[in-house]
Amino acid sequence: MKKQRPKLFEPALVKTAIKEAFVKLKPTVMARNPVMFAVEVGAAIMLLVSLAVLFGMVDQGSFGYNIAIFLILLFTILFANFAEALAEARGKAQADSLRKTRKTTPAKRLNEDGTTETIQSSELKKGDIFVAEEGDVIPADGEIIEGLASIDESAITGESAPVIRESGGDKSGVTGGTKVLSDRIKVEVTSDPGESFLDKMIGLVEGAERQKTPNELALGILLAGFTLVFLIVVVTLQPFAMYANTAIAIASLIALFVCLIPTTIGGLLSAIGIAGMDRALQANIISKSGRAVETAGDIDTLLLDKTGTITIGNRKATNFYPVNSVDEDHFIQQCVVSSLADTTPEGKSIIELAKEMDQPIPEPDEDEVEFIKFTAQTRSSGINLPDGTEIRKGAVDAMKDLVESAGNNFPDALEEKAEEISSDGGTPLIVAENKEAIGVIQLEDIIKKGIEERFARLRKMGVKTVMVTGDNPLTAEYIAKKAGVDDFIAEATPEDKLEYIKKEQADGKLVAMMGDGTNDAPALAQADVGVAMNTGTQAAKEAGNMVDLDNDPTKLIEVVEIGKQLLITRGTMTTFSIANDVAKYFAIVPALFILTFPQLQALNIMNLASPQSAILSAVIFNAVIIPLLIPLALRGVEYKPIGASKLLARNLFIYGLGGIIAPFVGIKLIDILINLV
Amino acid sequence: MDTQLIGIGFIYLLTILLAIPLGKYIARVYRGEHTMLDPALNPVEKLVYKICRITPGREMNWKQHLGALLTINMMWFVWGMVLLVTQKGWFWNPAEIANMSPDLAFNTVISFVVNCNLQHYSGESSLTYWSQLGFITFMQFVSAGTGMAACAVIFRAIKTKQSEKLGNFYRLFVRSCVHILLPLAIVVGSLLALNGSPVTWEGYDTITTLEGHQQTVAKGPAAAEIAIKQLGTNGGGFFGANSSVPFENPNYITNIAETMSLILIPMGMVFAFGYYTEKRKLAWIFFAVMTVGYLALTTLAVYGEMEGNPAIAQMGVSQELGSMEGTETRFGPAASALWATATTSTSNGSVNSMHDSLMPLGGMATLTGMFINANYGGVGVGFINFYVFVIVAIFIAGLMVGRTPEFLGKKVEAKEMKIATIVVLLHPAVILVGTAISAWLITHNPDWGWLNNAGFHGFSEMLYEFSSATANNGSGFEGLGDNTPWWNIATGVALLLGRYVPIIGPIAIAGLLANKQFIPETAGTLKADTATFGVVLFAVIVVIAALAFLPALVLGPIGEYFMLY
Repeated sequence: MKKQRPKLFEPALVKTAIKEAFVKLKPTVMARNPVMFAVEVGAAIMLLVSLAVLFGMVDQGSFGYNIAIFLILLFTILFANFAEALAEARGKAQADSLRKTRKTTPAKRLNEDGTTETIQSSELKKGDIFVAEEGDVIPADGEIIEGLASIDESAITGESAPVIRESGGDKSGVTGGTKVLSDRIKVEVTSDPGESFLDKMIGLVEGAERQKTPNELALGILLAGFTLVFLIVVVTLQPFAMYANTAIAIASLIALFVCLIPTTIGGLLSAIGIAGMDRALQANIISKSGRAVETAGDIDTLLLDKTGTITIGNRKATNFYPVNSVDEDHFIQQCVVSSLADTTPEGKSIIELAKEMDQPIPEPDEDEVEFIKFTAQTRSSGINLPDGTEIRKGAVDAMKDLVESAGNNFPDALEEKAEEISSDGGTPLIVAENKEAIGVIQLEDIIKKGIEERFARLRKMGVKTVMVTGDNPLTAEYIAKKAGVDDFIAEATPEDKLEYIKKEQADGKLVAMMGDGTNDAPALAQADVGVAMNTGTQAAKEAGNMVDLDNDPTKLIEVVEIGKQLLITRGTMTTFSIANDVAKYFAIVPALFILTFPQLQALNIMNLASPQSAILSAVIFNAVIIPLLIPLALRGVEYKPIGASKLLARNLFIYGLGGIIAPFVGIKLIDILINLV
Repeated sequence: MDTQLIGIGFIYLLTILLAIPLGKYIARVYRGEHTMLDPALNPVEKLVYKICRITPGREMNWKQHLGALLTINMMWFVWGMVLLVTQKGWFWNPAEIANMSPDLAFNTVISFVVNCNLQHYSGESSLTYWSQLGFITFMQFVSAGTGMAACAVIFRAIKTKQSEKLGNFYRLFVRSCVHILLPLAIVVGSLLALNGSPVTWEGYDTITTLEGHQQTVAKGPAAAEIAIKQLGTNGGGFFGANSSVPFENPNYITNIAETMSLILIPMGMVFAFGYYTEKRKLAWIFFAVMTVGYLALTTLAVYGEMEGNPAIAQMGVSQELGSMEGTETRFGPAASALWATATTSTSNGSVNSMHDSLMPLGGMATLTGMFINANYGGVGVGFINFYVFVIVAIFIAGLMVGRTPEFLGKKVEAKEMKIATIVVLLHPAVILVGTAISAWLITHNPDWGWLNNAGFHGFSEMLYEFSSATANNGSGFEGLGDNTPWWNIATGVALLLGRYVPIIGPIAIAGLLANKQFIPETAGTLKADTATFGVVLFAVIVVIAALAFLPALVLGPIGEYFMLY
């Protein structure tokens, strides 16, 4: 049930946005955006002028003309407000659809005396402990403090396969709205109602809490500067005209001003920013700040976990290699027997491989055999059969210790084979029968299809990819090469990750990483963009600045692209907006003076019909370009990883040159239309 | 091809050929490397350090640089005021020139301290020889040196990986004067003297003209001042009529030398940037952007002048040689138009023809040159102005490739944009507001009679005066009665704003950037040294510096053009 990308102009959202567009006319709200605030002031003046004309003021043109300018300006502001409101509404709709999963549900709160009490989920507070059993919907975000359960997270992630969550490990987080399929867990609530990450993100999308990002701030300053320059241009024009014995109507001056200031980008700026967060949310990423999304576009180095990102899930057994003296069928049988109780993916894959080779799968009586679980001390697992046979399998060094400490010889041939497997990117799993090495199982990583292209794409974006793996350097290098990552950290500990991030940052690079465990928290906090998996521990989620609801490690790549798109959309809209000024000048300036100096007709290169229609056309164009660009602002300008210079040339061509030509065509067309009416 | 055009083509190309090695030399001077001239000039440099008690090795941050710059400027202001109002009593006054009135002295001193050289006086009647040397010529060296030193601070800041320390301002300043300006001035000055510019301590001659009238002929130690006036984008002539007077500009050879001197150092600074920061390709991109703008204006002016004046043609006067009215016959319209664009593009302001007589296209070219003020621009300050445009262009282009904008490894953020926006905004604001108030005043008080011409041309005169003051150019469209309280005060304010804000702002930006962490380049980084970025940069300059003035130009030269043709 992957969320559907909502239609751009979803009727319900449009309705809300239209209403909001009017609410946002309030000057105190408008003042947040200097460019559009200037337009509002212009509109207010035009309203006063229109009224004055109605009551007998002369020399300012007809009432109809003045009120027309007023209305167009009003619509310019409404269009801009609409864009912002629509972006907000879309964000809220996205968030709501996520929130729907957490309708008020009954919660079984565990009291201090050990009794449970059923309350509403909305009454749960941070620190409360609740119990969830088979069939329950988990009432709030929390961390499992006791037990293990299989959980259906499809409501959030759309993945139908159930996942295991258990206390203590890195998979201890549960999300409100997901469903327990089996077993029983005790969960500690991690946030007060209304303060979950999702709630925080909704706050970011809504106006009040939205803080401007650094780039938005800098661009805002530039746009305010442009607005001031053109204010001066227009204000000084009045005495110039006086000197030239030309009367310029207030309507013309205000029209010129509004056309020259960058209303297109000014009107769409906040919508673009919100849309960036919306797109993140669409990708099921909860960003804790708008800044994080923007920073993602600047990322230089990406730390990616091997498992799940570069390789499909886990390693698989691909070959059985007995030592010379051992019969192959016997060896495979022992491998299978030792893996019967092994629930790890590797263990299961050994049985699968044997099945594929048409080997019989024995089913010993569970009461008679003793399964030996993997422990950190022995670093091996296996089985003790009723006849006293002990079978163990494990990593090379652990098994070598086991074999040699029993006084047996670890065959050189086996060691060589193991090394060969390692250098081919596989993992050797040594099998010993009664502390005598009998062979090696080859486990191999399966590299995800298409991952190489994605890394090539990242390289073109200028992002360095680093694979993080617990594998030994030999294996790591092989996989790194095969997948096309730029660097790798082998036998990685959380400290290694942290060190690597610090080293990159010392070189001035911005680093992104994804993590889930408590161990990852310091690295997540250190990284410029830290994406925590939603299933991760609370510590990890607190440390990062984004949370991925899908727990999909490849998501980082999308995050980087969303960030880049956000900046590009702002840049291209700015360029377009300013480039428009050329045509607007040629429409309005001759119109201002043509009555006094007919020879300036030569400047009327668009051959617009009359001064009034020229000015109206320019202002109308200036207004309608905003709604025309809303789809682009909300979807974002497409990012193409073709290298910075080519990308600049491309965008300059489309939005710069296009920005010069489009208004010439548009204004001329509107002028023709006006004169038809 | 027309010999006039061959002449100006030759002058321009020769300047580029000289500017490249000069740039290399300037870079060596600022880096403190050995040069050929060291044996001769190092003792001079050391002497200055000794007299002024300068410790050239003391490193300064950007604020200390600005502190040093403003302090010495202030001292020069005091020195100028004292000297000019008491000049009668000092030595070297054979022509018995009187003390200058305090208000005129005030205007003159500010104008020379800020490297503008707007002259509301005539040198031959208002200044003693000692004032000419002790203040005017001295300021022409040190105000040029100030701009160059400020520019060198920015070079250093750009090259710095991450540091507050940006060298010693006094050292950069003294080296600019001693190692760059002085040797060039000696060469050009000698050339002028050999071709007939006076160098003498004697008083004025009185001669009998062919008509039998008695005429006083002014002379004095002129050649030295003329050389530095041209080289240091100063423009303030020894004589009132500047380089159209034969004593200031005796023949076509000296005209070549003086035209080249106008843009030699400004061009050289661009190449020096490339050599100093080891970003030679970037320097060529900058040079190309400046050159496209410069050549466009020159072409406009030369074309306008060579076409002649249709109004005069109607009277039956041949316009085959171009528009000769207001032009020195020794140089012709093409060379005059070249000079006019060079002197306005570089904030020099010396003239070899009457700018009031320029055809509308020429008038527009000179005005636009001052609006932009960075097509090569003034010595040092031209590059500084250009640097602000680069910052704005980097910001817009950086966003377009999807990264937080960075210039040569330094992030350009809100603080830098704030400063850049103020600097960029100030220039059109001062010019337009000043012109607007003037237009209002003259409309309501037509009897004040400032304007020689009504209509479009009169408007151009006012626009030109404010552009000249704000761009620290110093040339006049003339025809404007500018020795009135309004013009003295208003242009004085414009001079100060137009000088110090565009120096303080960019040094602050460069200083802030220098102190930021260096970010290594990746495939996603926008490279500034590409033609594409050059296009963005050019577009930014056109939009900011030219578009803002379009309505004003329509009421000035553009309107006049359509009226004439």
